[in-house]
Amino acid sequence: MDTQKASEDVLNKNRNTAVKVVCVVAAMLALSFASVPLYKIFCQITGFDGTTKRADFAPGTVLDRKITIRFDATTAKDLPWDFKPGQVSQELHLGETGLAYYTSENLSDQPIIGSATYNVQPAKVGEYFRKIACFCFTEQLLEPGQKVDMPMTFFIDPEMVHDKSLDDVTTVTISYTFYRNDKAEAEKLAALAE
Amino acid sequence: MADHQTATYSSDIAHGDASHEEHTPPFFKRWFWSTNHKDIGTLYLIFAILAGVIGGAMSGLMRAELMNPGVTFLTGFTDQSLPVAAQLDAAKNFYNVLITYHGLIMIFFMVMPALIGGFGNWFVPIMIGAPDMAFPRMNNISFWLYGASAALLTLSMFAPGYGDQLGFGGGWVMYPPMSVSGSPGPAMDLLIVSLHLAGASSILGAINFITTIFNMRAPGMTLHKMPLFAWSVLITAFLLVLSLPVLAGAITMLLTDRMFSTSFFNPAEGGDPILYQHLFWFFGHPEVYILILPGFGIISHIVSTFSKKPIFGYLGMAYAMVAIGFVGFIVWAHHMYTVGLSVDMKAYFVAATMVIAVPTGVKIFSWIATMWGGSIEFKTPMLWAVGFIFLFTVGGVTGVVLANAGIDHVLHDTYYVVAHFHYVLSLGAVFAIFAGWYYWFEKMFGIKYSEFWGALHFWVMFIGVNVIFFPQHFLGLQGMPRRYIDYPDAFALWNQVSTWGYAITLVAMAIFLIAMADAFLRRRKATVTENGWGNPWGEGATTLEWTLPSPPPFHQFNELPKMK
Repeated sequence: MDTQKASEDVLNKNRNTAVKVVCVVAAMLALSFASVPLYKIFCQITGFDGTTKRADFAPGTVLDRKITIRFDATTAKDLPWDFKPGQVSQELHLGETGLAYYTSENLSDQPIIGSATYNVQPAKVGEYFRKIACFCFTEQLLEPGQKVDMPMTFFIDPEMVHDKSLDDVTTVTISYTFYRNDKAEAEKLAALAE
Repeated sequence: MADHQTATYSSDIAHGDASHEEHTPPFFKRWFWSTNHKDIGTLYLIFAILAGVIGGAMSGLMRAELMNPGVTFLTGFTDQSLPVAAQLDAAKNFYNVLITYHGLIMIFFMVMPALIGGFGNWFVPIMIGAPDMAFPRMNNISFWLYGASAALLTLSMFAPGYGDQLGFGGGWVMYPPMSVSGSPGPAMDLLIVSLHLAGASSILGAINFITTIFNMRAPGMTLHKMPLFAWSVLITAFLLVLSLPVLAGAITMLLTDRMFSTSFFNPAEGGDPILYQHLFWFFGHPEVYILILPGFGIISHIVSTFSKKPIFGYLGMAYAMVAIGFVGFIVWAHHMYTVGLSVDMKAYFVAATMVIAVPTGVKIFSWIATMWGGSIEFKTPMLWAVGFIFLFTVGGVTGVVLANAGIDHVLHDTYYVVAHFHYVLSLGAVFAIFAGWYYWFEKMFGIKYSEFWGALHFWVMFIGVNVIFFPQHFLGLQGMPRRYIDYPDAFALWNQVSTWGYAITLVAMAIFLIAMADAFLRRRKATVTENGWGNPWGEGATTLEWTLPSPPPFHQFNELPKMK
């Protein structure tokens, strides 16, 4: 009798322990998916890994220190566009608003939608590189043969002078990559068909 | 493992159990529907040996290819009717597939099943004085999920990966975009599902171990009296439960990116491939401790047994493993120093990584202190254990070198890294497995191995693996990148030496097979002590498994042993 009760106790204890451990497993699984939005927020707040920041207007203060901004363009393999910067480089004071152009031309004979992503190098500048307006992540539709200029306005936050780890930075490269946006294109075609 | 470990239980337990021995089920039921922890442990060990032979053969193909510069050897495995350029492409793909599956097989299908599924199942219940695992049927599911997982992995090797090239060649880490847009064929999908199953199996196993160790210890067996191997498996089980779901999440995201046009890791649509690396290494770093911690436990038992002394600093040893497990979760980004982390972030990960050397040092020095002044007997398991301590220390030292972000920028993805992790895993974990195998061989199978063949196996293997991997430090320092089928002529010498090392290791494996054939054919009777215990190692062997006959009865501890 006693042994039977004892073994029932063990069974109950075992079940409780197992349930707890299963909860831990479920929590870790949930956490791994929660990491996706958390990571995005983390990158936006810290400028981690060259994630640039947005701003609505220029800071007002302009410092003497100058930075050379270089412009880089990359086109994904499956996008038949000619995408290139309108200028090789610019020299800007910290806090000064810069205006630059990229151009892209659809070399194919069909309308194509592309979207661009960007980052800056060295990555540690990301936190101070502020864009007021740019064409990133917008769905850009180009008709066959169409060529457009795409402007971007930006500045480098004068707060950068207070960050000692950026004292060595004299040149910043901003790099855009244009991808073909198959999803948006399919939607557009579907909308046209209706 | 101090005085509390000395046998204080009555010796008639063994006799009381012996009467149940004849109740073993018939063959099919016993081995296919098995719910007995010892039988499942044996199944895991057989599985691990088969996987080890396959994974080892793969490294043989790689070393044969790398023996000389140029792509010369693997072209022999391609369709000879193809033009030469296509044969070269196929050979390169085959090489990439070999490195990928070698890594996956050795980690998931050799070391983990051997240490956790094999020795863990066999000896954790016995050491804590339990009749079996807490959930014996779940234990069976764990094992057969491994079988299904291995079947899918095998299928994946022969399914198209990229174009008509077979298998996935993106390395065991499976980074996107290579694992998403770079490998659109079904090989990668099969691989993902295979790892899901292996992960589910390990999580179920971990739940089983945690429950067993928490609730089913014999009366008087407190956590602070529990043998170190049981401690190591308990900590490993926690690492599994905390880390494997993250891997499952990451590869599920890969799967949905591939099949359901999500864009977790696709930068074109706002995803980030670096996020995958964070998730993967949040799993991957604890995983390397999962591979080595049970080995630590085994080595502690062996060093103590053959020094005829209780382990030095028992509590320190147990909590050093807890510390390694804990810190192991907050160092993952040292695998990704080159992705563009900020200087401050790198400084943190360097410091956190180096901190792990402290509890690891506690373990190494405690093993040495256990041997110090002991009456040491260099039986085969002790040879392997001392070999383990030496090789693991070498690997640990190169690990401290690589922990430095500055140096790592130079050595990242070179053969220096390959040498480092093979010293701690291929030599460390594998030596611990062989140490445990020889230590418990007589206990598990009731027959004796030959000390001559066992010792010869150790010495030839010790020389072989060092000749393979020590020169790879030189190659790495000279800048030879890993994961390439070919290299400039300047690297030819040490690559050749490394391949000769493989040949020596192959001889060692042949000696191992001879040692096993000798043991199983001659069937020398296991030692039985005067009080009926199966203990060949004498007074130094103090844990509960040595109070049982060899092999232990089908059901042990019907009357729970009492610890004083």
